[in-house]
Amino acid sequence: MSNELVAPDKFFLNRFGMNHGALERILGSALERKADYADLYFEYKSAEGLALEESMVNHTSKSVSHGVGVRVCAEDRTGYAYSDEVTIDRMRLAAEAARAIADQRGTMPAAVQVGAPVARHALYDLPSTPLEVPVQERAKLLSEIDRIVRAHDPRVKNVMASFACEQKIVMIVKSDGQVAADVQPLCRLNVTVIAEDGKGRQMGSYGGGGRVEWNYFIENDRWREYALEAARQAIVNLDAVDAPAGETVVVLGPGWPGILLHEAIGHGLEGDFNRKKTSAFADRIGQKVASELCTVIDDGTIPNRRGSLNVDDEGTPTSRTVLIEKGILRGYLQDRMNARLMKMEPTGNGRRESFAHSPMPRMTNTFMLSGESTPEDIIKSVKKGLYAVNFGGGQVDITNGKFVFSASEAYLIEDGQVTRPVKGATLIGNGPDVLTRVSMVGNDLALDAGVGTCGKDGQSVPVGVGLPTIRIDGITVGGTRA
Amino acid sequence: MATVDIELANWALDEARRKGASAAEVLCVTAESLEAGVRMGEVEKLKSSRERRLGLRVFCGKSSATSSTAELERDSLGAFVANTVELARLSAADPWAGLPEPALHPKSLPELSLADPDSGIVSADRALEIARTGENAALKFDPRIKNSGGAEFSSGRYRVLFANSQGFSGEYSGTSYSLVVAPIAQDGDAMQQGYWYTSNRRFGKLEDAESVGVTSAKRALRRLGARKIKTTHAPVVFDPDMAAGLIRSIVGAASGPALYKGASFLLGQLHKTIAAPGVTIVDDALIPGGLGSKPFDGEGLPTSRKNVIDKGVLATYLLDCYSARKLGLAPTGNAARSVGEAPSVSTTNLYLEPGSYTPAQIIGSVKNGLYLTETIGFGVNMVTGDYSRGAGGIWIENGELAYPVQEITIAGNLKDMIAGVEMIGNDLNWRSSTVAPTIKIAEMTIAGA
Repeated sequence: MSNELVAPDKFFLNRFGMNHGALERILGSALERKADYADLYFEYKSAEGLALEESMVNHTSKSVSHGVGVRVCAEDRTGYAYSDEVTIDRMRLAAEAARAIADQRGTMPAAVQVGAPVARHALYDLPSTPLEVPVQERAKLLSEIDRIVRAHDPRVKNVMASFACEQKIVMIVKSDGQVAADVQPLCRLNVTVIAEDGKGRQMGSYGGGGRVEWNYFIENDRWREYALEAARQAIVNLDAVDAPAGETVVVLGPGWPGILLHEAIGHGLEGDFNRKKTSAFADRIGQKVASELCTVIDDGTIPNRRGSLNVDDEGTPTSRTVLIEKGILRGYLQDRMNARLMKMEPTGNGRRESFAHSPMPRMTNTFMLSGESTPEDIIKSVKKGLYAVNFGGGQVDITNGKFVFSASEAYLIEDGQVTRPVKGATLIGNGPDVLTRVSMVGNDLALDAGVGTCGKDGQSVPVGVGLPTIRIDGITVGGTRA
Repeated sequence: MATVDIELANWALDEARRKGASAAEVLCVTAESLEAGVRMGEVEKLKSSRERRLGLRVFCGKSSATSSTAELERDSLGAFVANTVELARLSAADPWAGLPEPALHPKSLPELSLADPDSGIVSADRALEIARTGENAALKFDPRIKNSGGAEFSSGRYRVLFANSQGFSGEYSGTSYSLVVAPIAQDGDAMQQGYWYTSNRRFGKLEDAESVGVTSAKRALRRLGARKIKTTHAPVVFDPDMAAGLIRSIVGAASGPALYKGASFLLGQLHKTIAAPGVTIVDDALIPGGLGSKPFDGEGLPTSRKNVIDKGVLATYLLDCYSARKLGLAPTGNAARSVGEAPSVSTTNLYLEPGSYTPAQIIGSVKNGLYLTETIGFGVNMVTGDYSRGAGGIWIENGELAYPVQEITIAGNLKDMIAGVEMIGNDLNWRSSTVAPTIKIAEMTIAGA
């Protein structure tokens, strides 16, 4: 494991019998027609999973996958071909398939010279990854989670816990000769609890992780916090009453409710949708899209975070991009192609799920900066409204800007006090307008615990979100109590 | 290719036993595809793929592990098998774990016409032409169609090989073809995307590209001018795609793993009346050429046709061997498998049996209500059945489609919704592996302004 850390690029050359000369010939073949650039993406991924249900760690799994993707870009066209056989022959076939996108009447470009390394960040150079921790030790932790949750409350009826970890080794070879390589560890601990009383049953889920070592879960008793938090959510919801229906004041708690930003703002600011002008945010840079209390950032450079990367999946170092500054729209999230076509700089947001996918602009860790209010004052300011602290998934229609995110733990606010829990409900709003209704921003920015996965065009990538407590002066809540 | 895989699979099974496994299964999937996309009449992307993966499940007594690998050379595969057996030894012994009863494996497999005998992967040029035809039809349909998310044609073929250590082996090949068109209508500052598709196992049976394009344009145009409405309670008419999504959610709660975990609102409801009397939901794996058809399930058991809900009564759960043993029932041939995963449960071809009403009669029966054409988000709680999702559609006034609505939610509980199915349409159309006709639900909460 350790020499891979030192030289992930050597890993591929050794393992698959490649050398710079062969890579240069394949990139040369990819560029045989009139193309702007080409790249090769090598990936080798090992993953292991353990799962506990009914007090047994009875599901164990492991996988090894590898492959190579060849991409050719010509103006706004992309040719992509991949194979899970990493051989010179297969890569040559892939290069021929990918270059079919380019204009036939091109001329042979100058020969490619592979070698110059890309300077990358060092956000997660771990001494060891959870993959190296004995399976028994990982299994023991899941059993301990089961034990403490069942002992915690007699209403706990079932506990499911899982631990998944992976390590991706990637190498991106670009037709300008640059080589970027990275080792990307990722892991996640999840706990789901089903609680039951005489009246009904409810589920609660919590978890966390990131590009971290095993000890991350042990230090500060994080594993225990996840376990008890899942139980708490399930038990709270046993007493939930019907959620209100209609437009109301909503206070979002800190952390994971930042999924609001991901859906309402983030996707709409991805470069591809804005170049094509299919986003409700197209041509709005410099315009006011939020209250002046709001500054929203996408930052792929936070150490050890689930959404962070040393280099993105086309070899650009990740960065910190200001999307909204004091209410004004400032920037888009860019990959290489869309940045070039929009005459902007790449922001290190070109990401892909695996070698089987072509990269596109994606978020990393998306959050709002803290404001000045205390969370207590924000809640006190609300006469009648909803306090939503935990969420399931969300989704957005980029073109009309409508987005949803579904609360899984929420309470009524009555006369400045948090009162009864309400059943889960979906919140729906309009992306370009929802942040203009933010009237208070708390001083308590928190990032989520590290469980987010974002889907776009059939590709899933790990992401993070963050939010301080905020007050939104009106958003539609989809409960049943009209 | 085929014989290589069977040899390799048998070798892996033998290797697992040599390393000490008491039983094992191998799944080998080979797939190839080509996707071609155009946007605003120009070529936008071509993607060509080729994959071959091997998945393994091994048992050491009652302990098991699953694994998958792309490293298929004997040396590395041998080491991988050994690692998997070692991992299985580290798993807890689970009294319900194991391969199916050997006697349940089928003696012969049905021929289901899953592969197109006439067409394989469609060439890039032809695929681009089809996508372009679809998008052009949308772009020229109306001057308000000014932009486009593009059109994409894809074709693929795959082969699945499954073998286990108790002597069952089977394989099947399939093809799939699809075209999606997604134009954007604009009116002033407002933009709305439309979306329509056709999908089939036979290239020749796809809906005509032009008509897909025209439908997608109409779907974009009818959303223009959408407004938010006041919060209310009203009947909701689900269009066929929305009704299909609804039956998928309901039947999802009948799957074995959700039930034994206690994570289903259908717990304890077997053989009870859970739906309106007109509701019959069928899962049929044996429809020739069906998008969800398969000759055997993910554990090598025979697949079948069955009523999941029969005239309102929950007639069966959907079970793999593990969940069946846990629930004390027989497996239903609904084990689903992806390479490297333990078996899960899925439907095959799932549909709601059509009723007698035309869609116009159903809409005509509503004085004030929602014709639902889209939902957004994931607001379905399978434990309680609570349902709350973002919605869009067309408001119905006095039995007529009046104006488009958006930025609203519909909410209720799946138990009440399925019991409240008041009318079922006669417009069942096999466009996907889960389909339903138009349906009307008596009342839901619609939240808006």
